[in-house]
Amino acid sequence: MAHVNENIKTYKGFRTITLFCLVVLYAPLVIVTIYSFNASQSITNWEGLSLRWYADVFTGPESAKFKTAAFNSFTIAIMAATASTMIATLAATAMVRGGQFRLRTVSFGLISLPLMVPEIVTAVATLIFFNAIGFTRGYLTILVAHIAFCIPFAYLPISARMQGIEDSFEQAAMDLYATRRQAFTRILMPLMAPGIISGFLLAFIVSLDDFIITNFVKGAGVETLPTAIFGSVKQGIKPNIMAISTMLLSVSIVMVTISYFVSKSDSTK
Amino acid sequence: MAAGAASGGSARADTYKDARGWLLLPSWAVLGIFVLGPVGMMLIYSFLTKEFRGGVIWEPSLAAYDQFFFDRGLFGDEPPTIEWTYITIFWRSIWQAGAATLLSLLIGFPTAYFIATRPENVRPVWVFLITIPYWVNLLIRTVSMKFLLRDQGPLNDFLISTGLIDSPIHIVNTNFAVQLGLFYSYLPFMVLPVYAAVERYNFSLSEAAADLYASKWTTLRRIVLPAVKPGVVAGCILVFVPSMGSFLAPDLLGGAKNFMIGSLIEEQFKGNAGNWPFGAAASMILLTMVLIILMFSARQQAKADKAGG
Repeated sequence: MAHVNENIKTYKGFRTITLFCLVVLYAPLVIVTIYSFNASQSITNWEGLSLRWYADVFTGPESAKFKTAAFNSFTIAIMAATASTMIATLAATAMVRGGQFRLRTVSFGLISLPLMVPEIVTAVATLIFFNAIGFTRGYLTILVAHIAFCIPFAYLPISARMQGIEDSFEQAAMDLYATRRQAFTRILMPLMAPGIISGFLLAFIVSLDDFIITNFVKGAGVETLPTAIFGSVKQGIKPNIMAISTMLLSVSIVMVTISYFVSKSDSTK
Repeated sequence: MAAGAASGGSARADTYKDARGWLLLPSWAVLGIFVLGPVGMMLIYSFLTKEFRGGVIWEPSLAAYDQFFFDRGLFGDEPPTIEWTYITIFWRSIWQAGAATLLSLLIGFPTAYFIATRPENVRPVWVFLITIPYWVNLLIRTVSMKFLLRDQGPLNDFLISTGLIDSPIHIVNTNFAVQLGLFYSYLPFMVLPVYAAVERYNFSLSEAAADLYASKWTTLRRIVLPAVKPGVVAGCILVFVPSMGSFLAPDLLGGAKNFMIGSLIEEQFKGNAGNWPFGAAASMILLTMVLIILMFSARQQAKADKAGG
């Protein structure tokens, strides 16, 4: 592309708006992180740095509730992300390496369905479904719902990656008498690794973060971290909630950062 | 910028042509049974009779939709008049989602444009910075927003300490707080498609406009905007659709007076109102509106593709 004079491209004020945008996006998170280290009992006054609310999360009166919720959240997230990543990888193979076929558009529509249907509608529908088939709501219903809505989040990075890998690598392997299965596991999968890892991590975060669907399909007594936090926040924002929020947001940010760097590393070049 | 052509090799690859049925089976099964099936079930439930303590009686009825649109008096024997309660809630949701979309566009467009005009190697870093907050738990982000905006919160403290205001501004429990919350929830959805569109825009066109003595703002309005319109439309839809059905922002930031569809639906399944067919009907109406918007946008997009935009 011909070089265009920078003066024509740039608009005064756009840089300021971008910086403002970043401030708006990060300020609430930074403020809550800072206040989670507040020594004060009240959330309004600042009384110096302390880790007391972190200790409270692990040993305080509500610690048992948070531990169970954290256990549920993380085990569900790991299983849902694993299952949805496997399902998405198979689907991506058919969609990207399966040539043209009539049901391709329909399949893509079905895979992206959880992204198009409003979350609250999915939540209501899933609740009604489990009710209609007479399935008791609890841990298992949460897991199944999470596997379903995590599929598109795993699918998108995986299929994007597969589209970027030419099939000549596999063709070459098969010309040299590798079976298709060998070409899949020894050639395609290693090349796909960054896409699969980032798909897994995104699915993991989406599962860990979900509130609305979980809130509908969880039975009485089964809590995940977001539903436990929501229950507490209804009675007012307490400092221990800010500590637990800070921990949870750190997990998300670390995961997304890993996913970013993994998907950026390109082993085909 | 020659990347597009190189990846063409795998676009029509058909190594797994004969196995695609098996490969697609798990996703079809899971999504068919646990997403599409439930939506169908919800449609059926919306035409059933309510059971007073939650759940349904298997008896066909139009009561849920009737209750949504018509008022037949306390005993149900008066001639029907239009019931405005729920229509108002839907209208408020559309209005709030629209305001949030406009806010996202006003902030998101310049941001996306700015990022797209950075040197090519730093653009991904900017995009990454914009998307990080999206991956943080929506509940935590909304609670953080509420904490920041409270009457005694850090924002009011800061404004009072600078002397800009004397007494706290009440933001929480207003319509504006909900709009801010929605804006904060979905801003990256605006920035990303606009960014993608501006990145593809050929800036020689701006230069040509400048050579012909167009002012910079005229160029933006008459040349850049029409060229990146598909991205802008996509961004607006991606913000508007989830905003309309959102639950957390109106529930935590809006309070009882600023009720939106999400809360109305939730109440039917959680609270004391407990009318499942009505909740299913409200969800169906919301889903229908969303599908109409998506179909409209798909058509616009197809038209833009045909025109070579």
